[in-house]
Amino acid sequence: MPNHDVILCRCEDVTVRDIHDAIDEGYYTLEEIKRVTRVGMGPCQGRTCLMLILRELSVLTDQPIESLLPDTYRPPTKSVSFDLFGGHPKQGGGAHGF
Amino acid sequence: MIHTDILIIGGGPSGLCAAIAAAKSGAEVMLVERSQYFGGQLVKQTHMFFGSEKQYAATRGFDIGKKLVEEVKNSDNIKIFHSTTALGIYEDGVVTLEQKFESEEIYLKVQAKSLIVTTGALEKSLPFPNNDLPGIYGAGAVQTLMNEYLVKPGKRVLMVGAGNIGLIISYQLLQAGVEVAGIIDASPRIGGYLVHASKIRRSGVPIFTGYTIVKAEGTDHLEKATIAKVDQHWKPIPGTEKEMNVDVMCISVGLTPSSAFFWQGGCEMEYVRELGGYVPKRNRYLRTTVGNIYVAGDSAGIEEASSAMVEGSIAGLAASHDLGFVYEGYNREIEELLQELEGLRGGEKGIHIRRGYNKVGF
Repeated sequence: MPNHDVILCRCEDVTVRDIHDAIDEGYYTLEEIKRVTRVGMGPCQGRTCLMLILRELSVLTDQPIESLLPDTYRPPTKSVSFDLFGGHPKQGGGAHGF
Repeated sequence: MIHTDILIIGGGPSGLCAAIAAAKSGAEVMLVERSQYFGGQLVKQTHMFFGSEKQYAATRGFDIGKKLVEEVKNSDNIKIFHSTTALGIYEDGVVTLEQKFESEEIYLKVQAKSLIVTTGALEKSLPFPNNDLPGIYGAGAVQTLMNEYLVKPGKRVLMVGAGNIGLIISYQLLQAGVEVAGIIDASPRIGGYLVHASKIRRSGVPIFTGYTIVKAEGTDHLEKATIAKVDQHWKPIPGTEKEMNVDVMCISVGLTPSSAFFWQGGCEMEYVRELGGYVPKRNRYLRTTVGNIYVAGDSAGIEEASSAMVEGSIAGLAASHDLGFVYEGYNREIEELLQELEGLRGGEKGIHIRRGYNKVGF
């Protein structure tokens, strides 16, 4: 990938160069790179970029992709309003099953 | 707190089949689906399926979905929740959900004895200059726009990827009256079935094999795409560039299993190229290393709808059986399903997929 301005994470506008820079600074795991670049922390939560970042990391650090770990998956898996958790009166009671 | 025997996350082909199979023994099943419709990717499949009668050959994908939904609705043991997204699995096994109902969002907690995760897959993307311009979509997203929301994505399309998804969606674009400027694929051969590729070629759409996308251009949306031939190291060869004036580009370069819930649930995971990414280890009855979490469909490894349905049935039968529910036809039926799955993965076409599954069995 010769062009370093190519965007890998479009939610957070993280480029190939940003990933290279993070690795040059000594961040070798996706979890670390996420913390310094915000990669995968936007609305899509890495759904689009995870595989691209892993491939880049694999090539640059010369490790097979099989040996790399993704970042930690924590609930909630999608963005939700605080209102949803906030001891809301509707909570729990009103499931609408069919 | 809602209590149920089996919670199934994802109402696509494998989730629906899992629900039907699990309910046969009398287990109480709860099936949740993010979308407003059940059927998953089947909802958008307007083409007829291949295979045997058992696998709904010559039936259109959305009709298969309808049949399965009908069966699910006819079962007294299955409660279905649409517009309901699973948010997480917690340490105590509780699964949280967000249900959209009318204009409200409702927070639900479920304690299930077993969990079947059939969350499907995500589209892979590609790195190239200006890949974030509006007009550049995943091919599946364009199929959703067209076939589910009846919205044309634009006027002239470049399809990147000549696998079955790329070929089928190109044909559906033509049916919707959208011009397809061409299909490219970096590999030297068309990946998808010849029947689909032939239909495309008969419609006059060129398929460029051995070509990759070099860059996209446009001011506020996609206006032009440059493609080029690749050498044996998949690098673009200077001087072979072609420019195409297109306002839409569909990226169809494969899928990766949706794995978030397996990580959260503590399942042992493995990155398997042949299966498209991270998948949970599982036994032949699709039970993961966490005893009460099962996997089926594309979230177990990228394949297609027929095997997803068979896997769903296996996971559903096994999950209820393991909870102690008795279903007389269990032994015979599960063996038949396992054989059917082997058949679907047989022959030369299945070598790749079999190699993948051998890496995750335990």
